[in-house]
Amino acid sequence: MQRAFMKSRPLRLALAALLLGGATQLAAKPLVVCTEASPEGFDIVQYTTAVTADASAETVFNRLVDFKPGTTEIQPALAERWDISADGLTYTFHLRQGVKFHTTDYFKPTRDFNADDVLWSLNRQLDPNHPWHDKTSVGYPYFESMGFKELLKSVSKADAHTVVITLTRPEAPFLRDMAMGFTSIYSAEYGDQLLKAGKTAELNSKPIGTGPFIFQRYNKDAQVRFKPNPDYFRGKPPADALVFAIATDSNVRLQKLRANECQVALYPKPDDVPSIKQDPKLKVEEIEALVTGYISMNTEHKYLSDVRVRKAINMAFDRQTHVDQLFGKGNALVGVNPYPPTMIGYNNENRNPPRDLAKARQLLNEAGVPPGTVLTLFTRNGGGPTNPNPRLSAEMLQADLKQIGLKLDIRVMEWAEMLRRAKKGEADLVSAGWAGDNGDPDNFLSPLLSCDAVKSGENYARWCNPKFQELISRAREVIDNDERARLYNEALKVYDDEQPWISMAHPKMFTTMRDNVEGYVISPLTNNNFATTKVK
Amino acid sequence: MLSFIARRLGLLIPTFFGITLLTFALIRLIPGDPVEVMMGERRVDPEMHAQAMERLGLNKPLPAQYLDYVGKLAQGDLGESLRTRESVWHEFLTLFPATLELAFAALLFAGIVGLLAGVIAALKRGSLFDHGVMGISLAGYSMPIFWWGLILIMFFSVSLGWTPVSGRIDLLYDIEPKTGFMLIDTLLSDEEGAFKDALMHLILPAIVLGTIPLAVIARMTRSSMLEVLREDYIRTARAKGLSPARVVFVHGLRNALIPVLTVFGLQVGTLLAGAVLTETIFSWPGIGKWLIEAIGARDYPVVQNGILLIACLVILVNFVVDILYGLANPRIRHQR
Repeated sequence: MQRAFMKSRPLRLALAALLLGGATQLAAKPLVVCTEASPEGFDIVQYTTAVTADASAETVFNRLVDFKPGTTEIQPALAERWDISADGLTYTFHLRQGVKFHTTDYFKPTRDFNADDVLWSLNRQLDPNHPWHDKTSVGYPYFESMGFKELLKSVSKADAHTVVITLTRPEAPFLRDMAMGFTSIYSAEYGDQLLKAGKTAELNSKPIGTGPFIFQRYNKDAQVRFKPNPDYFRGKPPADALVFAIATDSNVRLQKLRANECQVALYPKPDDVPSIKQDPKLKVEEIEALVTGYISMNTEHKYLSDVRVRKAINMAFDRQTHVDQLFGKGNALVGVNPYPPTMIGYNNENRNPPRDLAKARQLLNEAGVPPGTVLTLFTRNGGGPTNPNPRLSAEMLQADLKQIGLKLDIRVMEWAEMLRRAKKGEADLVSAGWAGDNGDPDNFLSPLLSCDAVKSGENYARWCNPKFQELISRAREVIDNDERARLYNEALKVYDDEQPWISMAHPKMFTTMRDNVEGYVISPLTNNNFATTKVK
Repeated sequence: MLSFIARRLGLLIPTFFGITLLTFALIRLIPGDPVEVMMGERRVDPEMHAQAMERLGLNKPLPAQYLDYVGKLAQGDLGESLRTRESVWHEFLTLFPATLELAFAALLFAGIVGLLAGVIAALKRGSLFDHGVMGISLAGYSMPIFWWGLILIMFFSVSLGWTPVSGRIDLLYDIEPKTGFMLIDTLLSDEEGAFKDALMHLILPAIVLGTIPLAVIARMTRSSMLEVLREDYIRTARAKGLSPARVVFVHGLRNALIPVLTVFGLQVGTLLAGAVLTETIFSWPGIGKWLIEAIGARDYPVVQNGILLIACLVILVNFVVDILYGLANPRIRHQR
């Protein structure tokens, strides 16, 4: 058949025409999303990457609460409503009834979603005696890094549709944390079935949830296919099918989008955005994402421990040129505070010092820094959303610092190695970035600038300021939003006085798509949900 | 001949153990461990880190880890990926057909075009064609694969729209992987048009991956042919009045092929190395991409055993080439 097909041109043409029609009948037109990497698995609690979350938490699963599309505001999801005790320690979630788990060829649910599923999903990560607790390779990285092991005292059910979560301390960002992927709700019935059959690894390869899409197949490193969930509690998604096509290189993703091989291409290079905007067949969605690119200054190191030196460096840094060159004009905000202005408590009074080389040199002189002093900068070899070209960025800073008599020794290294050495405090300066998980200021300040983070290493500036710490600790426990905003505002003033970082930029995030794509809402949290997206 | 094969086989055993030791050591020389990499910028709780390392067996001394590894290998156990929890063997079998299909297509392209170009260049020595082939093959050999791939995509896929940009098949087709070879799976499926689509997807990656082997084969064939065409037996064949085609292809090419055959064997290694970049450009889900990601994630079992499996394959191909070489040239098999 193959030989005959290849030999005869008329037959080939006739067949091609026929097939085109036939193929359209065979498969409904899917929404194809070109994404940058393969999901590591589908048991989202085991992983931390956004790509994996897109292919599991955002498609297959739901949580008790979630973020309103395009915002960081909380809305009900599997919990219809919740009560918080006066002391902020007890959260009672009233669960939505009639929610169905996915029916597939590998699992047929016999009951609707209820409190047992919530208990299973959270206790699996919390309770070392839970039969599923040790069924992962490296534990529960997100659950543990968010401090949930210490934060959750107990998870219990009051009745089949009411769950009570007790905390060990008041935690203002708790509800936002509960909207994150690692609190996704699994089917306890499916878990029991897999455990009985000795097939626990299948939880990671054949997921079951209540989300908008039902998992169909993953062809490793090529594509993930989903079909819409007809019983989805928010209504069946409009796309006939959802396919994640894995295309690692951003140039290739763009070419695939231009050739209509995918209708949505994620993570474009900021440089490409202007040309995409000019293409009438394409469009770009953009948002001020909860992302910060920064350069930390090691406050434990000689010279940098002196705030005058840190101020001199900030004064010499040509921010606007830097940001325009790296991200393209209009593609990023110049950084002032450690987190972007869309979050509560942002200090609008803080200002970057005007670029003044003479004043910077004078400050260095006062601090006793000899001309020609060498500072090391660690940076990564590949670009990312927080810094598309780390080497160029480092070289621009090097040129700036040269003008005030400082030499910058740039050490470009692989990402994992850079983090490892930066956490040990080896560098003077570290070029780094952070993408917010849940829209809460604490999600930036505690992991990156707290005294605890000095001990664990993620605070590359190794800056532990008692006043700042006191303010962010209080803000973490206060439930009242206005009071929290005031506390954060004050903490950011301390940050500005001390300048442990060069706050570099808050880049925008972009998603590119064909002009006939409708209903996609870009999220400031860098995750992607296609429950309302369709191709016209 | 049997003792020749036995000698060659005997050499394989130390080579095999050498590779296990090398891959085991090399991946561990890269700083960082799988748990740290997985956590990235996030806080790594020392207790959790210790538990995870224990669970993965990475808290033991290195010699003990190596013995564990070799012991499992002896039982045919290649272990599980630390990231995906899938068995390494299963992942390899899932992805390897894609690489093999691509490498085979590239080799076919390089072999046919390279041999023909080499033979014609030798026959027309000093002509414009000869200089052209040699010039192009030198350029082909020096071409950065990534750049070459993107240029072909921009021209053939985006500007002309003749070939797809990347992937193995249009996502309109939902082809269930039965053999892993897309050309075969599309023939087995009832989705019409899928085979042609898969073939179209194969063209550009095969050209990109086959460019360097093509250049090597063309140049090697040319020089080997030039040498053979000067031999007395060629002159004799011509004097006997044999047709030029018979002289060139039966008497000439057959003898000229011996060194080219060796190059073919060596090119298998080149193809697998080149596959890493080609697979990245064309989003081709093969073992090249798989290994690169595994190195980044410090997925020790995947890196160790993936490289081991590829090395075994290269050794096997070269072993077969050695045998063929021995068969073709008796002087080789009698050498000690």
